[in-house]
Amino acid sequence: MPTYFEKKQLVIPGELLAEGDYLPGENTYVDENKIYAQRIGLVDVDNKKVNMVALRAFYVPKVGDIVIGTVAEVGFNGWTVNIKSPYNAMLRASDVLSRPFKPQNDELSAVLSAGDLIVAKIVSYDRSHDPQLTVGEPGLGKITRGQILNVVPTKIPRVIGRKGSMISMIKQETNCQIILGLNGVILVTGKTVEDEELAITVIKKIEQESHTSGLTDRITQMLKENKVNVEEP
Amino acid sequence: MNDKSSKLIDKKGIRLDGRKADELRPLKLQVGVLSNADGSAYIEHGKNKILAAAFGPREMHPKHLALADRMVLRCRYHMAPFSVQERKSPAPSRREVELSKVIRESLEPALFLELYPRTGVDVFIEVLQADGGTRCASITAAALAIADAGVPMRDLVVACAAGKVDNTIVLDLHDEEDKLGDADVPVAYMPSLDAVTLLQMDGILTPDEFQRAVDMAMNGCKKIYEMQKEALKTKYMVVKDTEEKEEDEEVEE
Amino acid sequence: MSSLITRVRLKQISQHIENGKRLDERGLHDYRPIKIEQGVIEKAEGSARIYLGKTEVLVGVKVETGEPFPDTPDRGVQTVNAELVPLASPNFEPGPPDENSIELARIVDRGLRESNAIDTAKLCIDAGKKVFVVFVDVYVLNYDGNLIDASALAALAALMNTKLPNYEYKDGELKIKQGFTQLPLKSRPITVTIGKINNQLVIDPQLEEEQVMDSRLSIAINEQGNICAVQKGGSSYFTPQQILEASKLAQAKAAELRKKFDW
Repeated sequence: MPTYFEKKQLVIPGELLAEGDYLPGENTYVDENKIYAQRIGLVDVDNKKVNMVALRAFYVPKVGDIVIGTVAEVGFNGWTVNIKSPYNAMLRASDVLSRPFKPQNDELSAVLSAGDLIVAKIVSYDRSHDPQLTVGEPGLGKITRGQILNVVPTKIPRVIGRKGSMISMIKQETNCQIILGLNGVILVTGKTVEDEELAITVIKKIEQESHTSGLTDRITQMLKENKVNVEEP
Repeated sequence: MNDKSSKLIDKKGIRLDGRKADELRPLKLQVGVLSNADGSAYIEHGKNKILAAAFGPREMHPKHLALADRMVLRCRYHMAPFSVQERKSPAPSRREVELSKVIRESLEPALFLELYPRTGVDVFIEVLQADGGTRCASITAAALAIADAGVPMRDLVVACAAGKVDNTIVLDLHDEEDKLGDADVPVAYMPSLDAVTLLQMDGILTPDEFQRAVDMAMNGCKKIYEMQKEALKTKYMVVKDTEEKEEDEEVEE
Repeated sequence: MSSLITRVRLKQISQHIENGKRLDERGLHDYRPIKIEQGVIEKAEGSARIYLGKTEVLVGVKVETGEPFPDTPDRGVQTVNAELVPLASPNFEPGPPDENSIELARIVDRGLRESNAIDTAKLCIDAGKKVFVVFVDVYVLNYDGNLIDASALAALAALMNTKLPNYEYKDGELKIKQGFTQLPLKSRPITVTIGKINNQLVIDPQLEEEQVMDSRLSIAINEQGNICAVQKGGSSYFTPQQILEASKLAQAKAAELRKKFDW
């Protein structure tokens, strides 16, 4: 009952990964007791479970996820929001307005119009219904400033780091507020554009090198060096 | 096919373009060639030059085409007006409609259609230059584009034809062999699962010749599969390279 | 081409097939009853109507004169078209041919063309200028599965029934004379479609079976038992072993039909 890969080997869809007494992890599938890769990614085995980190994937909604989306359409009683997923999300007017919603009085586009960015939480989603969003919690709602960057959604956990260590370090060293949409959209808001750019450069580096060892050390160093540079003049 | 006795293979068994009976034309494959598509690939197979792009999974337009219990794969195979000797009208021909269908049906077995109900994946194939065997080259490229889009797949799909020319079963017919030969058998194949996803034939073959042609085409597929794998890994290898380089640096430090 | 049937029914069908049985008590490799009538449309040069179980297809052949293709100046022309007529199924809609009718027409066309069924060399009137054009129009009247085999059989029956007008050709002018001759045929291909359901190969799938069918393989066989056209359809695959089995099955069934109709 062998495995057919080396640690962190790059595999492609259809490659045989293991046979027999193993469990299929994410981005793998089983056919006649054999485990195959479903996507392009790096494969690893952890206690009999074959895990694969996809290098290319799209965001699939999950209830409770915080996402950042763009209002795509103002509808009759709510908004359609593009959350960079196969499914568009819905935000109901009643969720945003604190009072009862009356279509004849309330001009929805005055509240949110096409192109507006929002931070929202997914409150419901299943195979037959598009995801529903809410903005009715602290920290959620319309975004008015800052910069947006997109990363492959599977890289978000690496930006967060172990127990949030990576993201807190970036926030601290760059003086930026950072909101991570689990759909791969990241909002960076800082006091200066330079601060924001530094945070973005660092996050891009993490995305690029997310599967390399010693990444935390390199990021720490990068942040320190750049801070020094900024303070020098 | 033509019953003129033409000389497509010489006494030594060498074909007009210098190949042996079971030899492929030169192939070049590239992944991630179009920045606007979710996934893309380019293939040069002999003188065929073909681009494939994949979009999705995404919301279906028009919406009524969405299916409640599965994802929909749509394929459009299209030949550029300048891709052939005599200008081809850009309007889709009946041949293109049929090929779009069989290409789609050759790719569907590789997808987990039930995973993302109500969505669609669109695959657009543009033949920029045609040289015999465009449907096969299109499938090879389209499978790469879908994988590059991050759509989960059971296996890559790879395609190649075999046929009968001057009484010989040969691999991977070029334009002239296709037109003057006795039969053409395009095959698409999922190598890891040993499954044939496209099979067509025109011309006349005995049952035994037909089997030999299918076997030869599958062997051709297996060879192209190695190049397909390589092309896909090359695009994503950049990540691996960074890793190895960085690790080396760390050792030096 | 699918209409909605309940999950329970689909399950029932596929379980039946797994146990080697069909909905209508046929064996896995049996055709439904076939009846063919020839010469049913007097105004057409040739015609045939086939009943394959409840599937019903009418094929009309019209012969006209026209220009040959530049690459075959001394050959007549064969064209096949297929119409999924709206009265044949609640799921057929009026409008331009969709991919299903185009594929059907092209499969029927390929079977006839690749086996050289019509002796096109004998349809030349004036090389490079005037030839006979044979229009084969497949008209689906009632859809209950396996349109490919039904249409291919009906098309061949209609061609066997087709008469060419006698003519005189002088100084570029064509004069139709009294009487007819038979359309010259060189071969009589028979197309057999094999469906794959639950990894079982079945012959002549009817409509409900088509909806649980994973894939199909249509194989045209000529009198010598040689293969002259193949088309795989459907969203699944065949293993190499299944292809071998299917090709043997097609041989046997084509021979059986040939004997039955004395073709």
